[in-house]
Amino acid sequence: MPALINVPAKAQRGDVVEIKALMSHIMETGFRHTPSGEAVPRDIITNFVCRYNGVEVFRADFFPAISANPFISFFTTATDSGTFEFQWVGDKGFLETASATIAVE
Amino acid sequence: MTDPTTPSTTSATRRRFLALSGGAVLGAGAMVSLRPAVATPQMQNAAIRDVVGTATVRPGKVKLDVPPLVENGNTVPLTVSVASPMTADDHVVSIHVFNEKNPQPNVGNFYLGVRAGRAQVSTRIRLADTQRITAIAKLSDGSFWSTTADVVVTLAACVEEAS
Repeated sequence: MPALINVPAKAQRGDVVEIKALMSHIMETGFRHTPSGEAVPRDIITNFVCRYNGVEVFRADFFPAISANPFISFFTTATDSGTFEFQWVGDKGFLETASATIAVE
Repeated sequence: MTDPTTPSTTSATRRRFLALSGGAVLGAGAMVSLRPAVATPQMQNAAIRDVVGTATVRPGKVKLDVPPLVENGNTVPLTVSVASPMTADDHVVSIHVFNEKNPQPNVGNFYLGVRAGRAQVSTRIRLADTQRITAIAKLSDGSFWSTTADVVVTLAACVEEAS
């Protein structure tokens, strides 16, 4: 799995929980050159979305200034038991998804 | 801080840069031809205008946590938090991060919602040079708030050759 996801397994209804997501990716900036002077083409993740039981709760646009293996952490309110779905979209047709479940009491 | 789009502190920044880098400035000058095009504060201002339009950006509410001095510009931890109750009537809609001197002025755009519960985002970024980072938050009432942070970078990102 190229993605590393951290979602609390359990939460009380109404709790604000932290979500952490890391995707393994080179994030080639497009501003580097090889020793022979050729430009290295850009290859980055451009978009990240997190949906909670189908509802978008967080979205991000990434630029070359985001480090390799982009890491993102954000918060959401635990409303119902269910699934978090994560999606990364990038250059050269890059598409990865991951999911995690949460039990809300 | 004043409106980040006002270049009133340019000369002060330059003086500090010269003081910090000392004799290294000459060496850096010689390296410039090897570098990609570098964003300027003007490019940063243009990128900020793309996001905020004609709205006024006020200082305050936003907190930018970034180390003041980093050894490696390739992974700089960054956290932006906004003082907001995050209720349906008053919440943060988006957070935008900009830099002055990377080849491109944008760092990231982060879109939150009422259900975020807390207006805070963390990530890791690249910095090509010692420079100032600006974070801007858009609130649900349409207002924009900002803060800045200076980061000294000893080993820059982006300039190394690919193997």
